[in-house]
Amino acid sequence: MKTSARVIYIAIVSIVAALAAVGIGAIVLTLLGADVFQTYKVILTEPLKDLFGITEVLVRAVPLILVALGIAISFRSGILNIGAEGQIQMGILAAAAVAIALPNLPKVVLVPLCLLAGAAGGAAWASIAGYLRARLGVNEILSTVMLNYIAAQLYGYLLRGPMIDPAELQTGSGTPQSVRLPKSAWIDRIIPGTRLHWGIALAVVLAALIYILMWHTTWGFKMRAAGASAKATRYAGIKVETCLLSAMVLAGAFAGLAGAVEVMAVHRRAIEGISSGYGFSGIVVALFGGLHPAGILPAAVFFGILLVGTDMTQRIMAIPANMVSVLQGAVILSIISAKMVIGDPYAREKFERRLSRIAHRRAKNEPDSGVGQ
Amino acid sequence: MASKDGKIKELRTEGITKRFPGIVACDSIDLSVGENEILALVGENGAGKTTLMNMLMGLYQPDEGRIFINDRPVQFKSPHDAFAAGIGMVHQHFMLVPNMTVAENVALGFAESHRPFRLDIGAVKRRIADISNRYGLPVQPDAYVWQLSVGEQQRVELIKTLCFGARFLILDEPTSALTPQETDELIALLRRMAADMSIIFISHKLAEVTALSDKVAILRRGHVVFKGSTQEQTAASLAALMTGHEVVLPRNACAAGCDEERLVVKSLTVRSDRGFPALDGLSFSVRAGEILGLAGVSGNGQRELAEALAGLRKIEKGNVSLMGTKLTNRSPREIIDAGLGYIPEDRNTEGIIPSFSVKENLILKDFASPAYARGIFIRAKAEEQNAVALQERFDIRCSSLNGAAGSLSGGNIQKVILARELARSPKVLVAVYPTRGLDMGAEEFIHTRLLELRTHGTAIFLISEELDELTNLCDRIAVIFKGKILETLAGPEATRSKLGLLMAGIKPETEEAASGPSSPTTEARS
Amino acid sequence: MTVANIILNILSIGIPFSVSLLLASLGEMFNQRAGVFNLGCEGIMSMGAFLGFMSAYYLQNTAMAPYANLIGILMAAAAGVLLGLLFAVVTVTFRAPQGIAGIGLQMLGTGTAGTLFRHFVGGVAGVPGLANRPIPLLSKIPYIGPVLFNMNILAYAAFLFVPASWYILYKTPWGLKVRAVGTAPRSADTMAIDVRRTRYQALAVGGLLAGVAGAYLSLGQAKMFADDIVAGRGFIAVALVYFGHWDPWWILGGSLLFSVAQSLQLSIQVLGISFPYEFAVMLPYVLVILVLSFSRSSSVRGPAELGVPYDREKRI
Repeated sequence: MKTSARVIYIAIVSIVAALAAVGIGAIVLTLLGADVFQTYKVILTEPLKDLFGITEVLVRAVPLILVALGIAISFRSGILNIGAEGQIQMGILAAAAVAIALPNLPKVVLVPLCLLAGAAGGAAWASIAGYLRARLGVNEILSTVMLNYIAAQLYGYLLRGPMIDPAELQTGSGTPQSVRLPKSAWIDRIIPGTRLHWGIALAVVLAALIYILMWHTTWGFKMRAAGASAKATRYAGIKVETCLLSAMVLAGAFAGLAGAVEVMAVHRRAIEGISSGYGFSGIVVALFGGLHPAGILPAAVFFGILLVGTDMTQRIMAIPANMVSVLQGAVILSIISAKMVIGDPYAREKFERRLSRIAHRRAKNEPDSGVGQ
Repeated sequence: MASKDGKIKELRTEGITKRFPGIVACDSIDLSVGENEILALVGENGAGKTTLMNMLMGLYQPDEGRIFINDRPVQFKSPHDAFAAGIGMVHQHFMLVPNMTVAENVALGFAESHRPFRLDIGAVKRRIADISNRYGLPVQPDAYVWQLSVGEQQRVELIKTLCFGARFLILDEPTSALTPQETDELIALLRRMAADMSIIFISHKLAEVTALSDKVAILRRGHVVFKGSTQEQTAASLAALMTGHEVVLPRNACAAGCDEERLVVKSLTVRSDRGFPALDGLSFSVRAGEILGLAGVSGNGQRELAEALAGLRKIEKGNVSLMGTKLTNRSPREIIDAGLGYIPEDRNTEGIIPSFSVKENLILKDFASPAYARGIFIRAKAEEQNAVALQERFDIRCSSLNGAAGSLSGGNIQKVILARELARSPKVLVAVYPTRGLDMGAEEFIHTRLLELRTHGTAIFLISEELDELTNLCDRIAVIFKGKILETLAGPEATRSKLGLLMAGIKPETEEAASGPSSPTTEARS
Repeated sequence: MTVANIILNILSIGIPFSVSLLLASLGEMFNQRAGVFNLGCEGIMSMGAFLGFMSAYYLQNTAMAPYANLIGILMAAAAGVLLGLLFAVVTVTFRAPQGIAGIGLQMLGTGTAGTLFRHFVGGVAGVPGLANRPIPLLSKIPYIGPVLFNMNILAYAAFLFVPASWYILYKTPWGLKVRAVGTAPRSADTMAIDVRRTRYQALAVGGLLAGVAGAYLSLGQAKMFADDIVAGRGFIAVALVYFGHWDPWWILGGSLLFSVAQSLQLSIQVLGISFPYEFAVMLPYVLVILVLSFSRSSSVRGPAELGVPYDREKRI
């Protein structure tokens, strides 16, 4: 009885939370004058109608998985990385710079090199916030958010200035974009005619590695301890500050890697808008996936569907693509609320007692079939 | 409900029951207190005393049962209702706002001062002066609470409840943070106040119970197991009723071991969080096979000393060495590796990681050692075997070793910590308030283990606020006052009254107060 | 150009620029004093900016035109209160972690504002907005007159709110409760103060001010709306309150400092200095990081329980 009551409780809370998120989205859709049911239908089903749609979902899922893995590590270690957006951009710049500088290296060397450069770029950017938190106690949410704004300016400056495609300068159109990356830096497509690329294999392999790292190694033990209780971890002789810094750097590396993969596999040149919100969507994916690689993989696919779906609603139903932010915000608020309610022992006990009282009453009613109590 | 000026002639509870997840804190409790009576509520930690009082205060709602005042049933949906009925409570952990003045603290609950757009602080100060004069409790209304001493803060708490119109007083462990002399003063004060109102006080110090109360009720695991007149009981009979059996806490009987000095602390100077020196040239040493106790009123530097020994607080001057190895300002890891075992003050936030499993907590300090890790990979089997063995040896009661350690009872959490530390065979063990908040059974267990450890030659440094614990276990007792060791007494010489004087800063030989701005004993004379 | 002129020029742009940040920060001050930090301030400001703009845009050629700005501000305030209360439900009733909740609210607010704008307006559109009303005698004072006393009515109200919020916080019963609830909620609870209700109230006030702060941006400053009009001010407000020691006067100083930094990009263009404008835009954000790094906030002064959800049933 106990376990089934628990399951029912979790199910009910989750459903209510899901409805709340859907409901908030519905309010905005109604303000737009859109057909709520139809919109959700398009978002959730349209992407899966053909092969191209499905591959597009997976293409979106790759950076989401990578960013979310990094965020899961950081959150579990006790440091909140909101700076993935800027770290992605730094990763793009680093990977593109290396690719453009060394076009003659063989593919088998250049691709890993660029990926490493991307990871290093993201890691370096994140280390600023990590260092500030570890050494000076600066709130990392604020510092990473500020670094996002700074990174955006830096990105624009470099793409309009030193890294701009010389062809742009000639034609005078001045679009902030880099030269097309050399073919030797491209990550190949798996299915011709689609954009699905080998990055997905990389993402899945890394997910498995992170699982082992966090739950089966001494390193992961330390990090999770630091995130669970900084005080007790200090008393146990573990240096919490080092854990925080490493977690942040690793999270930045994953975000930078995501940027590198995107620029090398999808766009093949550094342009504005590649990161386009993956930094924030990654946070939602991480939370939705329970901060665990096994949950992140399906969560990333789900949010890939949301991203492609809202793109389609923009085309099909003229609903602005910003709608996805609305949904993501609503999802975050519902997930964290649901988590607290599920984890609240008092609420659960009260629920169980009410459930047993109802069951008890029903058992009493049955034999009498309506005769007065 | 009793009228605003009406006296509370009788307060009665019938069948009060309160449940928390997984535990029944109070089970069908019937109690009554008559006019001008003092009732002592006694029981071990976790017996349900505070929960019951919180219900009388309107902080918790009883799941079943009723409360009667002057024979009329009352319901307290919030502290507001309790106040209106005339009930006031002085909590064990003071309910004051540190960065506000005394007057502001009182103003918070003093509805008369809450005008629409203005806080009438003048009215508050007048009321404070009124009450202060009536009962002889001097306070400074414009002082910030964080500047006051523990005794002064308690006085503010008392005045606060009286200002709110309390006609019935509840005190939760009122003497836990006081010196023996301050305790005597408080008892005298409460006797005076009993002429005006009835009082319930919670205590586990049986000597006070016999000294102050008219009636006594004993709770055990949420039930009332005894109710009666205090005259007919002695401290020993009460103790037996409390635990349900004869409990004899183990005593340290044999002479101390060898002369090898294991832990040497010299002239330690350490700063507190506020920047003032918390430790001011503190020195002591602990020998192998001996238990050195540290007595003192909390707030005299014990916390900072404990943190400095663990490597978590900077040592400005002086040094610490363990068997010749210098430990001054070393990292916690190095200190642990040098052979220092540590039982921290707050077991839930410092001793274990509540969300980690019992298994994981048992190797919290050793997970990277070759015994439990091959390279970077954790050896799950070794982890498991270790946990099973320790559970056996230390009688750790839990539903599963994979369950979260935070869900264990206080006593079992302490056993986990003890198991982990003792399994490492430390050369020196520092234990900070190890039995705080534990029931007598757990206390007995820990004391037995500490004495065992002592026989095996470990040097033990015991920081405690329970004088009985110190006199029972320690070979020598040092008294800390304002960051220095005032004096160290040998076991047989350490009597309650001597320790009490030292804890208040008074050295018996010279009869002079040790340096310090205000001695609580002199201040209260008004 | 003399130094005095340059400084005056910078101030004349920077001071009106600070109104929005000031209002948002004062609102956030009440939040944090009560023990809750709301990073969703950014999202609330976006919604406020949009609603202020929308009302003016919609009503500009109708009979209600003279009231368009007022309606816009009121709608922004109302939306701010609603979003503040939503945040309260998540962080006070459900006790969810405030940092992530704030990011969620920010996404929701900014996303909704952007979605609605794109749908209803979709392009660059201006509104007349709030007009400057110079104060009769004071604006004639040489040098500082035109700088300080030639602003719109909302700006004057904002600066007057600084001493008003000082009074509210320190001299009224409600302010006393707010401070108690953020420092020692358990103590306040035992004194019959409804911790939950007080926090809800503080978050509603904070939301209201953030909404109005947003409306100021679209109606009083830029006189238009764009997705990125708030540009991080909401986040800066949260940081500002923290190193402004939760005190209205320090917050005034801090918001002036940051707004001058933020307005430097405009000043640079006006003064004709050649300097990559991206770096000028970066400046306020770098400044925030620098100030955060070097400020030591003593917990004695501020709300000790900031960020910690209050759970009465938790056994101490």
